[in-house]
Amino acid sequence: MNRKTLSITLGAGLFIALPVVAVMAGEPYLVTLFSRILIYALAAVSLDLMLGFGGMVSLGHAAFFGIGAYVVCILSFHGCEGTPILTWPFQLGGHQSGLVLWPAAVLLSGTAAAVIGALSLRTSGMHFIMITLAFSQMLYYFFVSLEAYGGDDGISLFSRNTFAGVDLTNDMQFYYLCLAALAAFLFFSYRLVHSRFGMVIRGCKENERRMKSLGFPTFRYRLVCFVIAGAGAGLAGALIANQTEYVSPGLMHWTRSGEILVMVLLGGMGTLFGPVLGATALLLMEEFLSIYTEHWMVYLGPFLILVVLFAKRGIYGLLAGENSNHG
Amino acid sequence: MLLFIEQLLNGLQLGIMLFLMSAGLTLVFGIMQVINLAHGSFYMIGAYVGATVTARTGSFILGILAALPAAALAGMLVEILVLRRLYKKDHLDQVLATFGLIMFFNELTRIIWGRQPLFMDVPPWLAGSIELIPGIPYPSYRIAVIAVGIIVGVFLYLLFTRTRIGMQIRAGASNQEMAGALGVNIRLLYTLVFSLGTLLAGLAGVMAGPILAVEAGMGESILILTFVVIVIGGIGSIRGALLGALLVGLVDTLGRAFLPTLLRLFLSAAYADGVAASLASMSVYILMVAILVYRPHGLLPANG
Repeated sequence: MNRKTLSITLGAGLFIALPVVAVMAGEPYLVTLFSRILIYALAAVSLDLMLGFGGMVSLGHAAFFGIGAYVVCILSFHGCEGTPILTWPFQLGGHQSGLVLWPAAVLLSGTAAAVIGALSLRTSGMHFIMITLAFSQMLYYFFVSLEAYGGDDGISLFSRNTFAGVDLTNDMQFYYLCLAALAAFLFFSYRLVHSRFGMVIRGCKENERRMKSLGFPTFRYRLVCFVIAGAGAGLAGALIANQTEYVSPGLMHWTRSGEILVMVLLGGMGTLFGPVLGATALLLMEEFLSIYTEHWMVYLGPFLILVVLFAKRGIYGLLAGENSNHG
Repeated sequence: MLLFIEQLLNGLQLGIMLFLMSAGLTLVFGIMQVINLAHGSFYMIGAYVGATVTARTGSFILGILAALPAAALAGMLVEILVLRRLYKKDHLDQVLATFGLIMFFNELTRIIWGRQPLFMDVPPWLAGSIELIPGIPYPSYRIAVIAVGIIVGVFLYLLFTRTRIGMQIRAGASNQEMAGALGVNIRLLYTLVFSLGTLLAGLAGVMAGPILAVEAGMGESILILTFVVIVIGGIGSIRGALLGALLVGLVDTLGRAFLPTLLRLFLSAAYADGVAASLASMSVYILMVAILVYRPHGLLPANG
């Protein structure tokens, strides 16, 4: 068993055992904290698909996260009120079941990603960063001005969604559902990255011009990758809406995109498990540093700069050693 | 009509602010190929130092005179300590490192000045209003802001086209290695350009002080608009920045002012206000997308 498999198995074991240990140790709040970590890990993995493997530096990923969350909140708001969302061109009511809402969140954030991606991917490099950023701010201001759904103050969920056989109001069960979602997305990403599609995407990152001259329609491949990443973030958004039972435009503010980006880098870019580690590390650091000082950001900022300058391979790189690239 | 001219001037004033911010940033993007998210922090530093000195001494001029070197000095330090190491790295590293800088500066101002926003008064000698066009009184302070912006624009134009250092900056922008080989000290030049940019950001910050609240994080809201300006104008182009800034300033201000009335012609009042509010806050981004669809490199790209 090499270092890589060892660290992954250990990590998975820890995540599975955590709620049981936390409850036994009399710290049940850890279950909530780690549910949040799992959700952000999911968002970070989805960003890493396009960032680490596809080489697309997006500073607007939180937009899809926010869309997923808003879809769940708005649909279940109408589900509870019994009012229709749309009366024209067709009648559309709300819903309460996660089995309906979450796929809807994934679908809609994926669609948004398709539109934003199609426009942003016309550019590259610095332009791409700024355009994805501008799109996410555009959506942010859109939701801020959406008075019907709370505007700036956001909107709360009446209760967590129902989900076939799982009681989401139970923190323990919710945790395992998040873990299952993350595991499923990781498995999907693993297969994706190692498929022909994944090879093309990685090829585009290394040298797009060469991929083009080999005959690959790189724009389409990148767009699909962008959409998959957006849809993944949408799923994470649907989960976070259920976890906090509250959604506000703050979820899609560009600093949130920055945070998700930091998670990816901190954990190890271009790896599948790195972002999970990064999300864990960043959120734990936030949680515990804020106990000691309210000004923890003044330490985190320079720490981040040091990581960028000196430890580019991230935590996963340290744990898994050499040859740990690509999953 | 009166309202329209007044809003036009407001838009012009916002545009000038954005020009001061984007002129420096577009140079940093264009010449050094560095994406700098922390530009808003220097705007914030300028505003805070300006507000503090103005409050202590009671003189707005002294406030400006303190804010400018403070922002320039902070810029110089950041360039030497952090940014210099990022020139050869890829954009992602620059994004993350400058994101770290934002966190640091925002929290630092909270430590030094606290969480309460500071308020700056318009200096008494600019507190009145002038009738530029008979019948339309307009606050003198805002006119002064517009005037300063025009002066800075002319100064930059002369600096780049008429002086030796401007020539070197242009040379460094078009071919860094060749300029270096011909004896231009590129490192020093970069430091100078960067601190010139932060100085302008600081100027924008201190001038925004009496109009907006001075608080931690104030830099970010204008930063995103600045990015939009730069993308619209074309990265690295000062003329583009000017054009983009004016466009964004006017579209944003006029959109907020007149979209509700305009939409009420077609829609019911309550519905129109809601739609107008959404549209107005998104208008500049919609403008940006529209421009990029036709001109992916901006309106006036630097090289071409």
